[in-house]
Amino acid sequence: MISAPGQIAVICGPNGAGKTTLLKSLAGLGPGGVPRPREVAYLPQGAQSEWGMRVAEIVALGRLPHGDRDPSAIAAAIAATEIAPLLGRRIDQISGGEQRRVMLARVLATQAPTLLLDEPTNDLDPAAAHAIMRLLQGEARAGRAVLMVLHAVELALHYADRLLVMQNGAIIADAAPLEAFPIAAQAFGLEYSLDPMPRLLPPLHVVKS
Amino acid sequence: MKWILLALLVVAAVLSLAWGPNGFGWPQAWIFWQLRIPRTALALLVGAGLGGCGAALQGGLRNPLADSGLLGIGAAASLGAVIVYYWGVSRLFPPALPLGGLAGAALGLGFLLALAGRELSGLKMILAGVALSALCSALLALALVLAPNPYALAEITFWLMGGLADRSLLHVALAAPPILLGLSVLSGSGPGLDALSLGEDTAASLGYPAAGTLRRIALGSFLIVGPATAVTGGIGFVGLMVPHVMRHFLGARPGALLIPSALGGALLLTLADLVTRVLPFPAEPPIGVLTALLGAPFLAFLLRRRQQ
Repeated sequence: MISAPGQIAVICGPNGAGKTTLLKSLAGLGPGGVPRPREVAYLPQGAQSEWGMRVAEIVALGRLPHGDRDPSAIAAAIAATEIAPLLGRRIDQISGGEQRRVMLARVLATQAPTLLLDEPTNDLDPAAAHAIMRLLQGEARAGRAVLMVLHAVELALHYADRLLVMQNGAIIADAAPLEAFPIAAQAFGLEYSLDPMPRLLPPLHVVKS
Repeated sequence: MKWILLALLVVAAVLSLAWGPNGFGWPQAWIFWQLRIPRTALALLVGAGLGGCGAALQGGLRNPLADSGLLGIGAAASLGAVIVYYWGVSRLFPPALPLGGLAGAALGLGFLLALAGRELSGLKMILAGVALSALCSALLALALVLAPNPYALAEITFWLMGGLADRSLLHVALAAPPILLGLSVLSGSGPGLDALSLGEDTAASLGYPAAGTLRRIALGSFLIVGPATAVTGGIGFVGLMVPHVMRHFLGARPGALLIPSALGGALLLTLADLVTRVLPFPAEPPIGVLTALLGAPFLAFLLRRRQQ
């Protein structure tokens, strides 16, 4: 496995580089692959759910690999993603950022040691994206291996422990984020600078009582 | 909700057993055993089968328009029965008609699974079903055009519209085992259907690959729709409508709708059949007409209330 327990590894690269294919095959969803439902939890790109189910029902689907509805696992996932106020709502009647949190809660409820996430922050505003990354950082610090595909390289610089760069189906760099950053820029065909630029910072961490 | 449905079902079944041309009252033993019991039993069985089947197909194919007719298994069963009818076998040996229907349904299932291929997905199954349905409908139309005489044409057309009248205990004996088996096959698909609500990739990552769930649903549908069509002809709308009504009352989780939809289907078909007997028509209208006449306004009412 590419990612180690306690770490966040981020895969980036231009569209069509094979990031999603790699993530899927690691999840055992490629041709001839065998998924390991209790070991590896997978969040596909743009994860959706049908039928307008209630948030609580969707989080509970994370327990399907275990065949139970373990309330403590579900409660932990709900607490980590802070979706308690949404539990009775229909998934198609909450905001996009809230839907992302719910889908993540479903992934966390499985309590798998490895999380494979495809673009968990897509379509989110910067604050919501930082919130998701912080949450995942917390999960990694708690001992899970987190591997995700991310287009927002700047987020990767903030949160990743390792940055993997893909191009034309191959991994062309695998290093600490700052080291791999120039190669990532090259893969995207972009110039880069390390000058201080005005940029958005994550909110200060507020300790809740 | 389940208990309310069960209670309503018992009331409907008792009414169905007791109601005849002379109004309400307990009939003679012969009428009871030869007419009322087969009729009521078939309404319950076929209704439960079609309702459960509709819920499983809508969940598995993630399509609110799916019902037992979508996969073409019913059309294949009709075709099989009509071919047997043409050979004249059914006049010498009455069970040949339903048996022909079963054979047609089995061929249809084989065709469906072969066409959809090994890497079964919902979309492939829908497309294969549409192809099978179109093929069987075309052959049925051809069979009608080639009908030996106008009486045969009328008889086939009427049979295709579906009905529960004049069925015997033999029909019940033919239909009951496969339909009950089919329902038990479908009732095991609950977790698979729940997983599929998150998409086929996620379902596979949760340990419920789409292909397995879809094969189970196809098999269950065949076990239900084949015998149901073979014995009672084509009865539409039950499988489409009942799951929507249950979703309205019980929430959207597909696995939780299987059993309530089966109960609801049994209730709808029993009530519809009761109405065909009560209405003062010169001839009993086909039951499919009644299920749509009763069901469509109710569904429209629910949708309207949801919008408000």
